[in-house]
Amino acid sequence: MLTLTHFLILGALLFAVSVVGIFLNRKNLIIILMAIELMLLAVNINFVAFSHYMNDTAGQVFVFFILTVAAAESAIGLAILVALFRNLNTINVTELDHLKG
Amino acid sequence: MSFETLVFYFLATILLFAAFRVVTARHPVHAALFLVLSFFTGAGLWMLLEAEFLAITLVLVYIGAVMVLFLFVVMMLNLNIEKMRAGFWSNLPLAAFVGLLMAIEMVLVLTVAGRTIGGDPTRHAAGYSNTKELGLLIYTDYVYPFEIAAVILLVAIIAAIAITLRRRVGTKHQDPSWQVSVKRKDRVRMVSMPAEVTTAGMSSLPPDAQKEGE
Repeated sequence: MLTLTHFLILGALLFAVSVVGIFLNRKNLIIILMAIELMLLAVNINFVAFSHYMNDTAGQVFVFFILTVAAAESAIGLAILVALFRNLNTINVTELDHLKG
Repeated sequence: MSFETLVFYFLATILLFAAFRVVTARHPVHAALFLVLSFFTGAGLWMLLEAEFLAITLVLVYIGAVMVLFLFVVMMLNLNIEKMRAGFWSNLPLAAFVGLLMAIEMVLVLTVAGRTIGGDPTRHAAGYSNTKELGLLIYTDYVYPFEIAAVILLVAIIAAIAITLRRRVGTKHQDPSWQVSVKRKDRVRMVSMPAEVTTAGMSSLPPDAQKEGE
């Protein structure tokens, strides 16, 4: 019998894998963006699973909005990436220290 | 074990494997392709949860648009992969520790003995349309958030174009606004020239034609 717990554990494991990915690829901006996409997928799996097992379609509406915002975020993120590479010829996070934070 | 559970474990294994390969792949193109695989598998899982519209949207919007954008960007940039991978293995112990801690914590929270979350899902009839129900909800209760989502997409379009727009000097290009608003005096210059003095009797043109030529 497939229960809600199955899907929630899958979402948690997927989220943990993407956190590990951000730790491992701290210098590669592209892989970091991909790991963020994976995190959003994990969150969306949780939303859809809750929506299914609670018999409430509102959860799927939220997934719809998350997809919209994630698409906008990755488009702007990649645009910034291209602009960075064009100006500095690198997307290495450790070399992007012009703000002297 | 029911067939549904079997399908779930099959898809979950592929999803976790693909996610693992996304974060460990040597080349960013491979990572992007494994991300495509994980999104596709996620769409399969959503099908299992009877969210057909979102599953198809995930394939169309995410795999069809966002991942192609990722692939374009990865292939356009000339990346130094070896330099990017520096420090990959030295980060591994901390990363594995944090990841395992998160996973164990979440699994413990979710599998506390004697507690069940979520009820039994209702099984819909064959003619049930997930898309119709979602559409009814979006265009009634969530119509303002829906319009805000549209505005967010518009902002994203304009921002992405504005960030990557580059004005290079020295290129030859048309300026339509200048072309439309051009006046007659910008294009034609009237020059007043004295009439040619011809020797008497040699002129082949009548005096009227000479006047017109001025």
